[in-house]
Amino acid sequence: MIAYALTFAFVCFGLGLLICLWRLLRGPTRADRILALDTMVINMIAILVLYGLKNGTAVYFEASMLVAMVGFVSTVAYCRFLLRGDIIE
Amino acid sequence: MLKRIFPHPLLSLLLLIVWTMLVNKVTLGNLLLGVIIGIALPIMTAAYWPERALIKSPLKVVSYIALVVWDIVVANVQVALIILFKPTSKINSQWVTVPLELTSPEAITVLAGTITMTPGTVTALLSADGGSLLVHCLHTDDPQGEIDGIKTRYEARLKEIFA
Amino acid sequence: MIVELLITAFLVIGGLFGIVGSYGLIKLTDAMQRLHGPTKSTTLGVGGVLIASMLYFGFVDHHVSFHELLITLFLFITAPITAHFMAQTYLRMHTKESELPPTGRRYGWSIYQDPPVVEEDE
Repeated sequence: MIAYALTFAFVCFGLGLLICLWRLLRGPTRADRILALDTMVINMIAILVLYGLKNGTAVYFEASMLVAMVGFVSTVAYCRFLLRGDIIE
Repeated sequence: MLKRIFPHPLLSLLLLIVWTMLVNKVTLGNLLLGVIIGIALPIMTAAYWPERALIKSPLKVVSYIALVVWDIVVANVQVALIILFKPTSKINSQWVTVPLELTSPEAITVLAGTITMTPGTVTALLSADGGSLLVHCLHTDDPQGEIDGIKTRYEARLKEIFA
Repeated sequence: MIVELLITAFLVIGGLFGIVGSYGLIKLTDAMQRLHGPTKSTTLGVGGVLIASMLYFGFVDHHVSFHELLITLFLFITAPITAHFMAQTYLRMHTKESELPPTGRRYGWSIYQDPPVVEEDE
């Protein structure tokens, strides 16, 4: 039963990634592209956790934690770059 | 003297807890390293955060977090229903201005974060003097009701928590 | 058995919220509206998946891990901050101050106007 639910969740987040990719290519504003990238990062975290669950190892949590931190920092850096034209003042 | 060693006691405690969770094993060595980090980091960053955030009643913090978590779940169901079933032309998005009574930066940050995470609202901007918030509502027919809801549900509670 | 049911339920709920949050990205027409979907639903979707994995590793695999809690905490703290930044970026690039409601105070919104000078006591 868990296996079916896992597959379902994989499909959901995978479709989410595809939708984000479409929004990333389509735009129309740069804020939309950043939003799409940020959502892709969050979906990716979910997929990593699901993959760890499928294989029964806890190794992937560290990976997903790193992805979460790097994703946050990069989103903020990109936004700051667009806002001020400079990342570290 | 004590203030120089512990500029932010709560931050020190939080760092210790987060460190212990990060290494995922409770041993004496890990706890010791956590204590060292908890003391060293606040001292190193004290220059960027000179004032201490005062929390009057820790019990109210717990009840506030419980309230917000419950609201996040309810809010998500509402937003999901709007996204799934409401035709795009019928979604009535509006900007509202929320005047603030809170003054400390920490309290305003918590309020702005709470607004973003709860029912169909996102905090967009703060006024230049920090006196009001610009909030975007995904779907509302009653902007004044949204403002009153934010003020009575969250701001009043935060005013009791932060000194 | 009950644990298995719970894990399944949380996985399905998490997946549903995840797909709804991303679906909001293509359905909603206005950039500010689009900000609502991912910041909330996707965060809760990941939250559901993390609860499921916490239950799985706690009850089926019998080794407790705090990392899921940390990831959840981190996501819930950072989601409002990124949302705030993206809203600022959008408003800065595509909206004039006259299109927004007034602040109701003497000063305008912060990205269009500098804050009043406060005398610092050194």
